[in-house]
Formats: sequence, C-alpha cells, structure tokens
Amino acid sequence: MPDEPVGCAKPTGTVIGETADPDEKNENESEEGEKNMVMARVGGKAPDFEAPAYHKGAFVNVKLSDYLGKWVLLCFYPGDFTFV
Amino acid sequence: MSAVAGRFDELQKLGVEVLSVSTDSVFVHKIWEEEELSQMTKNGIPWPMVADGAGNLGRVYGVYDEANGVNIRGRFLIDPDGVIQAMEVMTPPVGRKIEETIRQVHAFQLVRKTKGAEACPAGWEPGMTTLKPGPDLVGKVWKVWQPQ
Repeated sequence: MPDEPVGCAKPTGTVIGETADPDEKNENESEEGEKNMVMARVGGKAPDFEAPAYHKGAFVNVKLSDYLGKWVLLCFYPGDFTFV
Repeated sequence: MSAVAGRFDELQKLGVEVLSVSTDSVFVHKIWEEEELSQMTKNGIPWPMVADGAGNLGRVYGVYDEANGVNIRGRFLIDPDGVIQAMEVMTPPVGRKIEETIRQVHAFQLVRKTKGAEACPAGWEPGMTTLKPGPDLVGKVWKVWQPQ
C-alpha cells in the first residue's frame, strides 16, 4: 500500500475484483467525464473504489478490492464531531 | 464509530475488516480520532478512516445527500467474494446498533459455511435452530420454528 494519498476518493467504476476495459470505459464517459458507475445493491458485487484514509497516525491509500477474501464492514456516517 | 471500535476485537475474531467513510478530510479524521474518539475507546480507531470529500463513494453506494453535502448513515456488509450481503441506510439523527451488525455477520457466515443448506429465520441468534430449506420443509416450518 503506497504511503502517498490519492487526490480524492474515486470509485473505479467497476465492481470489486474486476478491472475496467479501457475501451468500454471511454464509451461510457460523457463530456463531463461522468462514468456509468456500478451502483451498490444487495446480492451484487460491491462497487470498487480507491480513496485516501487516515489510519493509526498515517495517511494511506485504501482500495476496496485489496480486501477481497475478507468480510468487510463498510460504514458511511454524516460527519466527524457530530453527536450520534 | 466508538461503538464499533468497542467491538473491534470481536469483529476481527470473526474475520471482519472495517472501513469508515465520511466527507471529512483525512486531516479532520486525524484530529477527531486524536482529540475525541481516543477518549471514548480503548485504543482509538484501529481501521482506516476514509475521506470522501466529493461524495464520490457515497454516490455509488446510494448514501450521498446532495443537498447537505454529506453521506447519510449507511452500513454495508461485504462477503469475501466482494458481494454485498446486507445494507442498512438511515437518516442522520438515529445511530446504528453494532449488536445487530454482529448478529448478521454470524448469520451470513453460517449460511456461507453451509453453502446455503441452512437459513436463519427471523430473530435468529447464534446457537438457535436454523432452517434447512427443501421439499420436506414446505408447509412445515411451524414444526421446527415459531415466532418468539
């Protein structure tokens, strides 16, 4: 895992364990660079992503597909320093 | 987050890795962890706290609130094949309960271990009777299971 954080959190556009076909990716890209992203649904493969993270004192990169072979609890929440 | 951190050892024993995501930057994560969460947990937050500033991850997981620029509460349980087995999405004012997540981990791991030969009925807790779906069980669930 490289130490240098990625610029911002990016879904890869594919599900975990798959790499995007470069040709297909271009076809799906609109003028704004928006891609037809795979959306999360139960029973489907999780959308893969790469993102910067803070982990035990260091800034790291996290890639969801690196967790293949393990159970993962992925928790979204509204914000740090909120009360619930 | 601190509630999950309190049960982290148990989750690790079950082979579960944790990732938390909000739209805060990694800098904010660092200070929140150091200033507050470390005071509420034994060893601070042991998992990567992901920064999703633009809500890109929240969007593909269906939890990004465009109007407020935040990710609402969403919990996804992903199995070793990368398949989402469970999700729970809630508006911000109500927190989750980690015990329910752990119960679901036990249940989905049992189903996976038995390759689907056993299923966990409503209200199932570890140690309780499971159902064995098949022709013999049709119309006979009442013989092996009753609601509590």
